[in-house]
Amino acid sequence: MTMTAFATDLIPDTRPSRGLPGWALPVSVLAVAYLAVPLLATNYLFEAILLPFLALSLAGVGLNILTGYAGQVSLGSAAFMAVGAYAAYNLNLRVEGLPLIGSLVLAGLSAAVIGLAFGLPSLRLKGFYLAVSTLAAQFFVQWALTKFSWFSNDSASGVIDAPPLNIGGVALDGPVGRYLFALTVVAVLTFLSHRLVISQTGRNFIAVRDNETAARIIGVPVLKTKLLAFAVSSFIIGIAGVLWAFAYLRTVEPAGFNLDRSFQILFIVIIGGLATIRGAFFGAALIVVFPLVLSRFGAFVLGDVFDSGVLDMSQRIVLGALIILFLVLEPDGLAALGHRIRRRLPTVLSRR
Amino acid sequence: MAGFDGLFFLEVLVGGLLSGVMYALVAIGFVLIYKTSGVLNFAQGAMLLFAALTFVSLTERGISFPLAFAITFAIMVALGIVIERTVLRPLTNRPPITLFMATLGLSYVIEGAAQLIWGTQVHGLDLGIEDVPFDVGGVFISQFDLFAAAVAATLVAVLSVFFRYTRIGLGFRAVADDPFAALAVGLRLPFIWATVWAAAGLVALVAGLLWGARVGVQFSLSLVVLKALPVLVLGGFDSIPGAILGGLLIGAAEKLAEVYLGEYFGGGIESWFAYVLALVVLLVRPAGLFGQKRVERV
Amino acid sequence: MTLVLTGASAGAWSAASTAAFETAPRGRPGLAPDADADAQVHPAAKRPASLYRAAEPETSEAVLELVGVSLSFGGVAALSEVDLSVRRGEILAIIGPNGAGKSSIVNVISGVYPPDRGHVRLKGQRYGQVPTQKLARLGVARTFQNLALFPGLSVLDNVVAGRAHRARSSFIEQLAGFGRAKRERLDARERAADVIDFLQLSPLSERLVGTLPYGLQKRVELARALVAEPDILLLDEPMAGMTATEKNEMAGFVTAARDRFGTTVVLIEHDIGVVMSLSDRVAVFDHGRRIALGTPAEVQRDQRVIDAYLGVAEDENAGEGEEL
Repeated sequence: MTMTAFATDLIPDTRPSRGLPGWALPVSVLAVAYLAVPLLATNYLFEAILLPFLALSLAGVGLNILTGYAGQVSLGSAAFMAVGAYAAYNLNLRVEGLPLIGSLVLAGLSAAVIGLAFGLPSLRLKGFYLAVSTLAAQFFVQWALTKFSWFSNDSASGVIDAPPLNIGGVALDGPVGRYLFALTVVAVLTFLSHRLVISQTGRNFIAVRDNETAARIIGVPVLKTKLLAFAVSSFIIGIAGVLWAFAYLRTVEPAGFNLDRSFQILFIVIIGGLATIRGAFFGAALIVVFPLVLSRFGAFVLGDVFDSGVLDMSQRIVLGALIILFLVLEPDGLAALGHRIRRRLPTVLSRR
Repeated sequence: MAGFDGLFFLEVLVGGLLSGVMYALVAIGFVLIYKTSGVLNFAQGAMLLFAALTFVSLTERGISFPLAFAITFAIMVALGIVIERTVLRPLTNRPPITLFMATLGLSYVIEGAAQLIWGTQVHGLDLGIEDVPFDVGGVFISQFDLFAAAVAATLVAVLSVFFRYTRIGLGFRAVADDPFAALAVGLRLPFIWATVWAAAGLVALVAGLLWGARVGVQFSLSLVVLKALPVLVLGGFDSIPGAILGGLLIGAAEKLAEVYLGEYFGGGIESWFAYVLALVVLLVRPAGLFGQKRVERV
Repeated sequence: MTLVLTGASAGAWSAASTAAFETAPRGRPGLAPDADADAQVHPAAKRPASLYRAAEPETSEAVLELVGVSLSFGGVAALSEVDLSVRRGEILAIIGPNGAGKSSIVNVISGVYPPDRGHVRLKGQRYGQVPTQKLARLGVARTFQNLALFPGLSVLDNVVAGRAHRARSSFIEQLAGFGRAKRERLDARERAADVIDFLQLSPLSERLVGTLPYGLQKRVELARALVAEPDILLLDEPMAGMTATEKNEMAGFVTAARDRFGTTVVLIEHDIGVVMSLSDRVAVFDHGRRIALGTPAEVQRDQRVIDAYLGVAEDENAGEGEEL
């Protein structure tokens, strides 16, 4: 079975004729994110939108490497987020003097090891069989974190509280501090992910996705490539889990990393566009913002009838419908949509 | 063997087998659709919830059992046709995994709609079968479980007859064998797909009622899909006998494991045991116990 | 009837061959000493192309042999007791009607199907099943009957992917992007660009391969195989579904590639006409058995070949979907 094969990142966006170099856009986005946002944003914006957006974007980038690039569908992303979050919590708690960056990296590595273990079936299974087998990770990890209270330092029902965040003595506990911390982690990992997907390894991922037999025959180490995809993807998703727990929510429980969360990350990748790094950001933005918009809009149109139960249900309906709509109308996701709009914009403008 | 209670073992085994029947019932709904359209329909659980919720809500409004059943079935058929038109048809010729993701979206829509229409409270469902255990040679068997098994067996028999002896059934098997050839000899694929979705709707309705009577009709009903998935992996996505045997195997193994191994793991292993079992079997037989092994053409 | 066509097209393809050869860069970077040192340029490559035709077949050594290979699918025999020996530097065509087992031969050689009986001898090593994973390192590259490209990659990246077996750098080195990883990347790109140029695909090298017409995709697949600098090139119906012009072009590229890289070519073709002027030797298969082997001229006179082909002359265009 092949995935829909699109790798818009690999087509140079900037043809020589069209002015701006490739790094111009990401650099200007980063400049705005580092300089303008901290000055302009409110606490609400940080806590309700920017922090979950950053964590989910990173999880989307991670899943996209596995599913979008390497073509291995995973329904267990939330499990790897949970592994990352709980590993970071325990490392911070139990290893004296380990700096935050250290527990972050080690948490990612823990998630990578678990991801590797649950990626082993991919060596023999394909398609639906693999997708279903990744659910094993989802249920096993959630069960283990709830069952063994050691993971949560004996707290009730596995709840953990994030430790104070500081890097090199600088406290990052305010919304702005946590935002800058998350932003930096996301920026670095996104940059590395981009380097990865345009490297020989990234090409191997796509080769395995598009045609496993052909990949094997030209000498791509297929098994190694699949396992590497699981490990790298889980590493990134694990760190996204740390951001989710430490920078965004500050208090998490295993149930917060349930199947719905896994689907949410899959939806981010579908909506944003498979096999594009920037798509994960578009998808995450939509997933984070649309419930807020929907609740405002619903309250405005329907008034009191639009209670939280109705909101919850209409959210599910709209989200599900969005997924179907994207798959039918824009299978390459928001990234491709954006790409097309940008290409048409000059012609539309010049017609005036 | 000291401390081993054979009778108790038998009781756990029979209980497990009977709940396995319930798993198999859900799994059959998947197989029907997978065989004809190559889609792993994740929305099967949502359809089950939708059917049960509609049925209960109708009976609560004073409609008699048979009428409520007929109305719900009609609604499920309509739903099947709508899904065929709006989701499957636009996605023809797309990779199977795309279709799977679409059914994931579909499950969100149906779950949301079911609860938006009928509310989120838990409904009791009384099918008039008392859940009293009775004694068969020292082994206690739940009367309800037996009833459920009988219903499931009847349903499988009805579906088998339908697909073996009717024109539509022949079409179904032709499509399952080779969609292109079926198309070439003039079978109307959309019609067959709609029929199959309707049949899957019927299975969802029956399974929904049995499960609903068991655990109450509520949102968590749609999660039985998660119980059916390892059954499918074990039995093969395209085999009805596989679904039945897989269901029985998982039902029995799960109960036995919970009783005899659970204490070593701290309990609650039901949530993942079936998956791990299915995985272990898959490592030996990658196409499941009964799934067809396909030779890859290059 | 097809036999007559051959003569008519012969002039055209040799013209295309010359053209392709002429456009190849003079510097021949494809033959530059390889950084990995395990890419041996075969001495034969340095001989003028004309020598191949003149060379007495008996004096050449076998680089690839099938010995008593049998293969069946669900009781249906695809290959029965097949012996075949391929000589260094030759173009050997395997032809036959549908279901003759032609593709099965390539699939057995490349390890995609394990034979039921018999073995494959490759570079002096004997294999029950050829290890597909090591195929590229053994110096064997192949194309597929029904395209097996990576549609999500550009033409250039598809061809660069053909160098996958040369990559030694770890993904961490590739992330860092200097040293060995950088050398490998630049080397692969340069060689890919060279082969793309050689096959006249340069204007298309940034296009997503899935957006190209079928004939060009076939050519990209040839490029991906050639960039590996294989000693043995297996082409499974490289001209299937092509127009007459495209077939002639492709035939030209195959000869040019052999002459330039010194590659041994095993070529499967459904159309008996195309291969007659292209090949040094022709093996004819029918119902999984080899019914003739010899120079094109010899094979053309063989009564069994004529019999086998008379039966399929009418429906030869119906045969794109050979399954075995």
